Amino acid sequence: MKDPHQVIHDTTFRLLKKAATELPQEVKRALEVAHERETDEGAKTQLSAILTNLEIAETGVPMCQDTGIMIYYVKVGAKFPFIGEIEDALTKATRKATAEVPLRPNAVNPFVGGNSGDNTGVKIPWINWEIVEGDSLEITAFPKGGGSENVCIVGMLKPGVGLTGVKKLVVDNAMNYMGKACAPNIIGVGIGGGADIAIKIAKQQLLRPLGDQHPEPEVAQIEKELMEAINSTGIGPMGLGGKTTVLGVKVGYAMRHPASLPVGVAVQCWAARQSTAIISKDLEVTYITHPMEGN
Amino acid sequence: MTEYHFTTPISEEDARKLKIGDVVYVTGEHVYTARDEAHERALEMFEKGEKPPVDFEGSVVYHVGPVAWQKDGKWVIVSAGPTTSARMELFEDEFLKKYKARIIVGKGGMGKKTLGALQEVGAVYCSYTGGCGALAAKGLKEVRAYEWKDLGMPEALWVITAEEFGPLLVTMDSHGGSLHDEMDKKVASKKADVYAKIGITE
Repeated sequence: MKDPHQVIHDTTFRLLKKAATELPQEVKRALEVAHERETDEGAKTQLSAILTNLEIAETGVPMCQDTGIMIYYVKVGAKFPFIGEIEDALTKATRKATAEVPLRPNAVNPFVGGNSGDNTGVKIPWINWEIVEGDSLEITAFPKGGGSENVCIVGMLKPGVGLTGVKKLVVDNAMNYMGKACAPNIIGVGIGGGADIAIKIAKQQLLRPLGDQHPEPEVAQIEKELMEAINSTGIGPMGLGGKTTVLGVKVGYAMRHPASLPVGVAVQCWAARQSTAIISKDLEVTYITHPMEGN
Repeated sequence: MTEYHFTTPISEEDARKLKIGDVVYVTGEHVYTARDEAHERALEMFEKGEKPPVDFEGSVVYHVGPVAWQKDGKWVIVSAGPTTSARMELFEDEFLKKYKARIIVGKGGMGKKTLGALQEVGAVYCSYTGGCGALAAKGLKEVRAYEWKDLGMPEALWVITAEEFGPLLVTMDSHGGSLHDEMDKKVASKKADVYAKIGITE
């Protein structure tokens, strides 16, 4: 009999290592396509540095020195038998990955004690829990860098400004931070719910595959419009000019209060690191974003 | 655009040759990391008349919080791409005037106060592609010292020997030129067209 704590721990360690060193294939491909499409010399140079960097990173080196603050998205099947093991296994895997990948210690106490040194501490790693049907466990490691996080915003708009006001907020934010979030970026937009809900939905959009379109045509249309508008700014890779400012814009929503139009804008740098695995009730592991070789 | 290969310490004369759009590669022993807290400490020491553990004159100061680890008892830089330089705008003008570093390396550009200090002192700001930590680490050959450890790994002062560290793109020079300001103007001039795409006419 396998030890459930050990399986969750070892799986999470691999997710963290893969996330830090190998971009999901579709993101890498999008960067390659951008490199082919750019005509601006400066933009080509920036993208070519990014692609070379990715090759070096794939040998097992973190692609970016900012290996992020540790965030997990966890979908637990209501009938998964080892729910009690998850939190501790995730925390211990975070410590091990910090020492052995290695990852930069990025958990700082805002009051006392400075940097914890192992990427854990009060409420960190942060775990987004979701209870779903079924008997398996899905874990996504989503280490998030500070540069792109610093330009995330929540706008509490007046409902009267409508969807045009929503689009303006997103575009103005992009023209405001320019290249500071390591463009080309991926932008997640969350509308409705409340201030906390809007930014939470915005961040969840960053988990969607790059090629994914929102199933509702009205929302998909806004995703497309926003992407075209932001790419027409000329901000370009690293804000030094070019056609590729965003690789994707993803929008999600919740119902809103009649008096409120909350909008969250979550920004992801080009190092869009995430890695997902599913663990069955029998402790069989399937890696989704970074499959085991030979699979 | 001209390509330069400099060895540290870099003279004021060499730094003043550089113009925005030029590319620099740096080799030598005067390469130091400094983020918010290291800048703050260096300035505090100057005020108190104390000497920092390194001589910043003619140096390359890199805005980075590296990932490093010890191999056979020696510190090695694993990944070291630039951090957002705008945070250091609070300190950089004073730092440049007091310590006369010649090349500041980071990402995203800096503001008016730094641009003024670059002109006064004879120094440049270079952009390194953000997030390219694995690539940058290749040029940072050797860690000679790990100072101000109490600030933690990202904020500490790492003392480095570089070999052909680059390409560093000059984006702010000592002649008042700033590629970042130029980009701001370019993007601002497109604003009406961008708005038109989302149905806003002003």
